[in-house]
Amino acid sequence: MSIRVEHLTHIYDKGLPTEQIALEDINFAVEDGELLGVIGHTGSGKSTLLQHLNGLLKPDAGRVIVGDVDITALGVSMVEIRKRIGLVFQYPEYQLFEETVAKDVAFGPKNLGLSDSEIEERVREAIELVGLDYEEIRERSPFELSGGQKRRVAIAGVVAMRPEVLILDEPTAGLDPKAHHDVLDMVQEVHRRTGNIIILVSHNMADIARVSDKIIVIDSGHLVTTGTPREVFSQKELLRGVGLDLPPITEFTETLREKGMELPSTILDTREAALAIAKALREKRTKG
Amino acid sequence: MIRDITLGQFYPGNSWVHKLDPRVKIIATLLFLIELFIVNDFLGFAIAAVVLGVIIAVSKVPLSFIVRGLKPILILLLFTFALNIFMINGEVLWSWGFLHITREGIRTAIFMAVRLILLIIGSSMLTLCTRPLSLTDGIERLLSPFKKIGLPAHEIAMMMTIALRFIPTLLDETDKIMKAQQARGADFESGSVIRRAKSLIPILVPLFVSAFRIAQDLAMAMEARCYRGGEHRTRMHEMKLKGRDYAAIVMQAVFLAIIIIEANFAPW
Repeated sequence: MSIRVEHLTHIYDKGLPTEQIALEDINFAVEDGELLGVIGHTGSGKSTLLQHLNGLLKPDAGRVIVGDVDITALGVSMVEIRKRIGLVFQYPEYQLFEETVAKDVAFGPKNLGLSDSEIEERVREAIELVGLDYEEIRERSPFELSGGQKRRVAIAGVVAMRPEVLILDEPTAGLDPKAHHDVLDMVQEVHRRTGNIIILVSHNMADIARVSDKIIVIDSGHLVTTGTPREVFSQKELLRGVGLDLPPITEFTETLREKGMELPSTILDTREAALAIAKALREKRTKG
Repeated sequence: MIRDITLGQFYPGNSWVHKLDPRVKIIATLLFLIELFIVNDFLGFAIAAVVLGVIIAVSKVPLSFIVRGLKPILILLLFTFALNIFMINGEVLWSWGFLHITREGIRTAIFMAVRLILLIIGSSMLTLCTRPLSLTDGIERLLSPFKKIGLPAHEIAMMMTIALRFIPTLLDETDKIMKAQQARGADFESGSVIRRAKSLIPILVPLFVSAFRIAQDLAMAMEARCYRGGEHRTRMHEMKLKGRDYAAIVMQAVFLAIIIIEANFAPW
């Protein structure tokens, strides 16, 4: 399974005075088992891009090819596409509606037309995969849970459909530091255990640097750059230009480098940074 | 698809019609609707249509945009047309079983359809060319004389403002929730009526939850800024009639006179 996006263009309100180009000539590909990070500041077109990937929006030009199916072609079964590509929107807890957590998570699998026993098994699996206790939580109302728990239940609702591609739009937005950390760990855990493609949108550069295999940077509807986290975050000036930053730890080590400390460039990991700084200090002492 | 409804929508612009005082526009629109009921022949409608055409041309709102607004009332239009064409007695032109089409039926059906179309376009011009906020301001000012008999004019206008302000927000919210549930495999378009009604639950429940959350936030924000109703409130933009407003009033008066004369004293 892979996703290829070719020359994707989308225009909002075509023909009205408020017409606006949301995406223009976007090209990239994601291969099986990869975790793709998508960054760009608010209003850059990230969410519009994600909605094309599972057929919720139709492009004005270009194609989206999932596996070997062109999902922008006419007559493609959307149900089939959505079975394979799960999309978790921003603030997904606002879509919870059932009386109990288990029923809510079962909504997706039920729409796939699965048998009752299969549904129950998937619900249990999904709830445990997002780090909640199935027996304890399944009969509770989703509206009485904490913010972080609601978020997990909502994500479980999509995970239970066992998508081959899981797209998450800012899954950590508006959570406290602990819930933020837990949800991010959970995303990695889901990725590790299911081996599916994950596409993650985030404003948090440290998160993106930590979990992504590959990153694409979007600015006002255009793909600015793409590459591994190290490749992308080595282009400090470019990122500044589109209103983005380096991860805090990289910012820190780069500043030290400018001040003359001998460190490798573009360090993305706190542990790696600590070791490199210790090494540099030791060498300085032996030299001095 | 929800966005196709133009009735009650604002079309941004800077034309003469856009710049008129909202009070003048409200009154002129009301008069226009009354005039459509005074008219009793096709010549009257032709005059009204020309006037409306000129207003549309001056306002620079594209005709296609206005016609799109007629779509939702198409069913109503067809229904009244069918009712009129079959139900009116007179000289029979065609009949099949219990259905008769009469000359008078055809005339009335077309007459009513034209009136309905002009009514809809006429009233939608008001909302197309007036910013919702100035519209409610205008309503508040027009209703303020009735404050003496206990009508809460400011509160009514404030409620309308809030309602108008939150229509796009709630539409966005609906759109988001629909997409989220579609991504979970929900299907809103196929199945029987009961199934389709049932498929609305996953949209309505989150929508109500959101609406209450938004209302609560708004109430809190208003209280934090010491809102306490209309007493002693002054305005940043005082409404004042300008030259073009008086011109519009005079033109509407002339139009009214022509319509009355045409309807009552026409020699034919």
